[in-house]
Amino acid sequence: MKNIINIFWKEFKGYFSSPVAYIFIISFLVVTTWLYSRTFFLANQASLRGFFGLLPWVFLFLAPAITMRSWAEEKKLGTIEILMTLPVKEWEIVIGKFLACFVFLVLTLCLTCPLPITVMLLGNPDLGPIWGGYAGAFLLGGAYLAIGLFASSLTENQIVAFIVAIIICFAFLIIGETFVLMNVPQALVPVFSYLGLGSHFQSIGRGVIDSRDLLYYLSVIGFFLYLNQVSVESRKWK
Amino acid sequence: MIAVENISKNFGVTKAVQDISFKVEKGDVLGFLGPNGAGKSTTMRILTCYISADSGTASVAGFNIHENPVEVRRKIGYLPENNPLYMDMGLLEYVKFIAQMRNIPKAAVRSRVEQVIGMCGLESELSKDVGELSKGFRQRLGLAQALVHDPEVLILDEPTIGLDPHQIIEIRNLIKAIGREKTIILSSHILPEVSATCDRVLIINKGKLVGSGTPQELASMSHGGQVIMAGIRGPQQEVLAGLKGIDKLTDIKHLGEADGIHRFELRSDSVEELSEEVFFMVARSGWSLTELYRKSINLEDVFLDLTTREAQ
Repeated sequence: MKNIINIFWKEFKGYFSSPVAYIFIISFLVVTTWLYSRTFFLANQASLRGFFGLLPWVFLFLAPAITMRSWAEEKKLGTIEILMTLPVKEWEIVIGKFLACFVFLVLTLCLTCPLPITVMLLGNPDLGPIWGGYAGAFLLGGAYLAIGLFASSLTENQIVAFIVAIIICFAFLIIGETFVLMNVPQALVPVFSYLGLGSHFQSIGRGVIDSRDLLYYLSVIGFFLYLNQVSVESRKWK
Repeated sequence: MIAVENISKNFGVTKAVQDISFKVEKGDVLGFLGPNGAGKSTTMRILTCYISADSGTASVAGFNIHENPVEVRRKIGYLPENNPLYMDMGLLEYVKFIAQMRNIPKAAVRSRVEQVIGMCGLESELSKDVGELSKGFRQRLGLAQALVHDPEVLILDEPTIGLDPHQIIEIRNLIKAIGREKTIILSSHILPEVSATCDRVLIINKGKLVGSGTPQELASMSHGGQVIMAGIRGPQQEVLAGLKGIDKLTDIKHLGEADGIHRFELRSDSVEELSEEVFFMVARSGWSLTELYRKSINLEDVFLDLTTREAQ
């Protein structure tokens, strides 16, 4: 546990040692707020549905940008050799790194709190979907980050890590979309719809946190963190 | 302290390490000597459990590298090849991070970090980021990182590479000072370095162990005999015939002629003093001797001899 916390702090501080983190946060806030408020006054509804509808697509770029550096940079600098010869287990480092980028994402999302406050001042929104929306965003973001970390562990090039992460996240996002479901064989529809990252996000976003959705996200996160660990360990056998 | 048994490692078709075995006793400084790509770094990476051996096993301070990798790492301080560092961390922050990861108790971290920074002469650089340090200070920081938990075993992969002669001497003295209490393995492809710091040397070439011993032992092992340089004034053919008359000489090489003086390199497998015989032979024949000395064999010759013998 102590090892995980040490790794977490090292990684988390690492985000703020360069201006990149601030640029991420600011551009995320500007883009989402802008896209959301464009239609907010037209729709004239005190709801954040539009905002949460944007998140899967904005996260598609934000999450890989957060994770692309995690392993790729260590590999490029060679510091992975320092890290992996410390008396720690591989999974402790994987978890530490994941927690660091997860907390970073949570922090970024928390900074969007002026939006629900504004909506509450302007009208009388249903609070269920707002809490649900945030909970879903944390889980969806966590899944994206786990995928992004895995992609970063495959290469020493950050750009490659970024693009691979977007491709995998995108694939998982769209397989649950109606458009895809209409075009796959009938027998596969339930499987695809279950695997899609987006459909679970929508059901949590309605304000009902179903244990199945929770289980789904936790398994996606667990699965990709496991792949990440395997990929990091594979250096031993290559 | 360290026992390595029949370790092998392949990277695809490249045989990086083939069947290497050796032992290091507590307090010894062992040098790995070999050309680039000989398998020095691979062996060190196996010992630090960064990569796994395909076959064979090793133990460090009583812990097996396959069964107890975390314990093995705990016992070792490691300076990897090219000294990788987190460039965007502060110097102090970096040493503290390593100290924490090395499980130094929270209360002791500060004093230990200060101690190791003093030991490596980094006091003047405390406020800098790692990326701002000069090469010499980075190398010291790499050593500080390896020493912070006061390990029983130190593994240093080319600790003086890329430094200027002055810095090399400093780092070498630092290693010598540390080596009085610790078991050290260091690698190099620079010979004076190994002969200056190590009690024992392993010569590795193309993944195989081709020689081992103290620097002195290796020197005598290479040729097993002596090399004599002689300058003789006289007719070339007759001088040559005269030298051939000394039966203990196994190899006679004519190096050249200048102003009627012929220079020869004479080799012999025997350890008997041959300079005298050469002297008497020349004196009997009425020629004159302009130089006559025994060439001392240094590690350089051993190294070239052992590593090229394989190729021939």
